[in-house]
Amino acid sequence: MLRYLCERLLQSAVVLAVMSFVIFGLIGLMPGDPVDLMISADPDLTSADIEKLREIYGLDRPVVERYGNWLLAALQGDFGFSRLFAQPVFDVLLPALGHTLTLLGISLTLALVIGLPLGIWAAVRPYSVRDYSVNLFAFAGISMPSFWLGLLLIILFAVILGWFPAGGLGTPGQDGWADKLIYLVLPATSLTLASVGGHTRYMRASMLETLRQDYIRTARAKGLSERRVVLGHALRNALIPVTTIIALDFGFLFSGALITETIFAYPGMGKLTFDAVMGNDFNLALVCLLLATLVTLAGNILADLAYSWLDPRIGFEGKKQ
Amino acid sequence: MTGPASSSATTAAAKPSTPLMLVTRRFLRHRLALVSAGVLAVLALASLLAPVVENGLGLDANTVNLFNRFAPPSADHPLGTDEAGRDVLLRLLYGGQVSLFVGIAAALTAAVLGTAIGLTSGYFGGRIDALFMRVTDGVIALPLLPLLIVLAALDLEKLGFAPETAQAESISLYRIVVIVALVGWTTVARLVRATALSLRERPFVLAARAQGASSLRIMTVHILPNLASPIIVATTLSVGNVILLESVLSFLGLGIQPPLPSWGNLLTNAQELIWDAPALAVYPGLAIFVTVIAFNFVGDGLQDALDPRSLERGNR
Repeated sequence: MLRYLCERLLQSAVVLAVMSFVIFGLIGLMPGDPVDLMISADPDLTSADIEKLREIYGLDRPVVERYGNWLLAALQGDFGFSRLFAQPVFDVLLPALGHTLTLLGISLTLALVIGLPLGIWAAVRPYSVRDYSVNLFAFAGISMPSFWLGLLLIILFAVILGWFPAGGLGTPGQDGWADKLIYLVLPATSLTLASVGGHTRYMRASMLETLRQDYIRTARAKGLSERRVVLGHALRNALIPVTTIIALDFGFLFSGALITETIFAYPGMGKLTFDAVMGNDFNLALVCLLLATLVTLAGNILADLAYSWLDPRIGFEGKKQ
Repeated sequence: MTGPASSSATTAAAKPSTPLMLVTRRFLRHRLALVSAGVLAVLALASLLAPVVENGLGLDANTVNLFNRFAPPSADHPLGTDEAGRDVLLRLLYGGQVSLFVGIAAALTAAVLGTAIGLTSGYFGGRIDALFMRVTDGVIALPLLPLLIVLAALDLEKLGFAPETAQAESISLYRIVVIVALVGWTTVARLVRATALSLRERPFVLAARAQGASSLRIMTVHILPNLASPIIVATTLSVGNVILLESVLSFLGLGIQPPLPSWGNLLTNAQELIWDAPALAVYPGLAIFVTVIAFNFVGDGLQDALDPRSLERGNR
C-alpha cells in the first residue's frame, strides 16, 4: 500500500516536472514576449535598447537555461510576478482558487444529489419510458455546449426575466452571504447541468451491471423488497466505480469550469488561466496550468486509492487489465 | 469489420444470418440512434449543398451589407441577417461544413494515432508497452481545456512554419484538427491496447506466427479486424466531443478564424449581441447541440449493436 502510494507519487512528480518543461516551452512559443510588450509601451526604444532588455531578462538564452533558472527560483518558492496584476503570482492565485473551489463544491454537490438518484431510478426499470427519458436528459446534458448553455441562461434569467445578475462575484459595496449566493446561482446552475448528465449515466450503467450479479438474485429469492435489494444490497457495490469516476472528474471539472467562469465573468482559476494566456502573463499562465495538472493528477491517484480501498478484491498491484 | 459480433450470434439465432446483418438489425432497433443517424445525414447533406442554396437564394455568404443588419426572417433571408447584414442561414450551412469536417477529421486522426500506439503497445508488450502507457497516463493527466488554449495560441512562425503558411486562411482549420488529435488519442489507445493484449495469445495469432507471418502482418491482418468495433464506437462518440471542443475554442476566438465560419465562431459575438438579436445566439448553439447529441446517440446505438453485453462506459 505505502509502496504503491510512493510509486504513484513519484510517477506524478515526474509527469509534473515534464509538464512544467513542456508548458514552459510552449509558452515561449506564443506570440510576443515580455520585451515585445515593453516595446509597445514605449515606442522610442532603439533596437540596441531592445537587445539590452532581452539580455537583462535573459530572453536571449536557450530555453533549457531559462527553464533551469525558473525551476531553481520556483523550488525556493519564488514563482515571479504576474504582469497583468503587478502582484506576486500566488497573491493573485489564492483568491481565485477559493472562488473556484466554492463554485465547484456547490456544482459537484448538486450534480451528485441530482444525478445519482436519477441514475438509480432509471436503472431499476431498464428500457422503460422512464429509463428513456432519463437517458435523453443525460445525453442532452453531455451534449450541451456549456458556453451556449451559459448564454441561454443569461438571456433568460438575466436579460428577459432579470432575476439574477449576468456575471461577477457580488454587488460592489455589499458583502453578505446572500448577495454572493445570488451571483453564484447562474454559474453554478450552468456547471451543474454540464456535469449531471455524466454522473447519471455512470450511476445507471454501474447499477445495471450490479443488479445482474448473482448475490442480487439471491437477495430477491429470499423475498426482500425491491427497495431493500436496490438500496440495501446493490447500491454500495454500484457506487464503487462511480466514486472513482467522480474523483477522476474533479480534475476535468476544474479545467472545465474555465468556460463557465469566462462566460459569467466569475474570477476563478479558469478565467484567470484564460486571461493569463491571452494577456501574455507568462509567470501566471505557467503556474495556473501547473496547478490544473496537479489537481488532475491528484484526482487520478485518489481515484485509484478509493478503488482499491472500497473493493478489496482489487489489489494495488493488480491494475494491469 | 464484423469479427467480434460473431461471438454473440448465439443470442439471436432466430434465423441464420451474417454478423453484419445481425448488427444492422440490432442497430435498427435502437430508435433514437436511427433517428439521430437520419438527422446527421440531413445536416451533412444540407451543409454540403450550401453553394446550391447560395445560388438558389441569389446571395453570397460573405457579402457585408451594413444597410440590412439584423433583418428579421424573410423570403430573401429565411433566418434573417447578422450584425454585418450577412445571411444567417448560409453562414450556418457553411459553418456546418467546417464544424463537421473538423469533428470527423480530428476524431479519425486521433483514432488512427491511438490505434497505432495501442496496437504496438499491446502486441509487443514489455518495455515498449510500459513506455507508451506511461506517456498515455501522462497525457490523460493533462488539463485538457487550458492546454488546448495554449496550443491554439501558439505562434506558428516561432514553430518554424513559413509566414505564408502560418497566415493562410485555412490554417486554423488544420491546426485545430492537429491539436485535438494530439490530446485526443488516449481513449482509443487504451481500448486497443487492452484488447490486443488478450488477442495476441489466441490460437489464431499463434497459428499465423507459426506460419511465419511478420509482426506487422499479424497486427494489421489478424488482430486489427477484431478491434474494429471498439474503435468504431469510441471514434463515433469522440466526434461529438471534438465538435464541442472546436466550438468552445472558436467561441473564445482561438479556433476557426473568421471570415471562415464555424458554429463556434458564429457565437463569438453572440454575447454582445444578446440585447439586439437573441436569435443569433440560438441557431448556431442549437446546431452544435443537435449534432453532438446525434453523434452520441449513434455511438450508443452502435455500442449496443456491436456488443449487446457491453458495459456502458460513458464518454468524456
